[in-house]
Amino acid sequence: MHSFGYRANALLTFGVTILAILCAFASLSDNLNVPNPSAHVQVLSINWFQKQPNGNDEVSLTLNVSADLQSMFTWNTKQVFVFLAAEYETPQNSLNQVSLWDGIIPSKEHAKFWTHTATKYRFIDQGSNLRGKEFNLTLHWHVMPKTGKMFADKIVMTGYRLPDEYR
Amino acid sequence: MGSIHLNQVARFCGGAPALITYQPAHAERVLLLPSLQVEKSKSKREKNEQGKRERKMGWIGETMDSIRSLQIRQVLNQAVSLGMIVTSALIIWKGLMCITGSESPVVVVLSGSMEPGFKRGDILFLHMSKDPIRAGEIVVFNVDGREIPIVHRVIKVHERQDTGEVDVLTKGDNNFGDDRLLYAHGQLWLQKHHIMGRAVGFLPYVGWVTIIMTEKPIIKYVLIGALGLLVITSKE
Repeated sequence: MHSFGYRANALLTFGVTILAILCAFASLSDNLNVPNPSAHVQVLSINWFQKQPNGNDEVSLTLNVSADLQSMFTWNTKQVFVFLAAEYETPQNSLNQVSLWDGIIPSKEHAKFWTHTATKYRFIDQGSNLRGKEFNLTLHWHVMPKTGKMFADKIVMTGYRLPDEYR
Repeated sequence: MGSIHLNQVARFCGGAPALITYQPAHAERVLLLPSLQVEKSKSKREKNEQGKRERKMGWIGETMDSIRSLQIRQVLNQAVSLGMIVTSALIIWKGLMCITGSESPVVVVLSGSMEPGFKRGDILFLHMSKDPIRAGEIVVFNVDGREIPIVHRVIKVHERQDTGEVDVLTKGDNNFGDDRLLYAHGQLWLQKHHIMGRAVGFLPYVGWVTIIMTEKPIIKYVLIGALGLLVITSKE
């Protein structure tokens, strides 16, 4: 009944149970946080706009991204992955999401940022539909917890338009 | 300890009637007492020797004794409880498969391509729903010709107007370029059928148990053997 093995087993079970409960509480406590993020994106210039040899349109933009995601961070937040995607509709596709820029925010101190950047990934369409195309820029963020459930949300910014001619 | 206990009781019972039979005759008591004491001390010596032998044989001897003295009822009991453990584990796993809709509801991260978000040895909980796949989600996908599934983030999505089919491009957060080099030769996009699920939850470090057991199988066999022995030899 009270052998070493029995006690070690009881201790281990107890420890694991407590850890599991703590993890569950840490994850649940994230629900109490109501973030109020803000973001602003400006397209400064179009570096090039062309049709690739395979027929797909390709654009390179220079962007000015500023955002305040400090309210995302709770005690259970490991990092916030933030990315900017161009979203638009074409006759062929009901939805196109193309990631243009992304970043990893490791801590709350870095969560209020401002960056002046060229598109990190190439903005390539499936086909040749980008001339004169209106598109949304959406700032997405994925909150990665130290443990538990992951969260994601976005801010949609509308009213961007590509030029009518290649350049 | 039940069976050893029984042995001892039996030994004492064997000795006791002899004592009792000497009790009623008062007159003979004086005479008999020495012989009785001899008897007693003899039995004590015997017991001590027995104890020494048992101690010498130690744990193995005790275990052998206990295995020998197992009753059919006890064997059945243990078989049933072992079966309960195995089946309940199976039920939990299959239940998770039903709830999450993914054929492998829990995966272990093996590489550092998603660092610092996911490190080697972290556990991810997957969910596979009818919801369409969107950029930013972390998906687990299988590539034709690769045995081990990959966990990476979706960076591009193109969803067809008429059929609703999706073309998806992924990239590891810690990788420099996108995943086209990891895909099958000539494959540009992932389709729905490549994707096993999306990551919804995260638990650090726990996956190390699996990694160690996969990479050092001897530990696995030792562990399984020890647990099996424990189940067989445990009483009550």
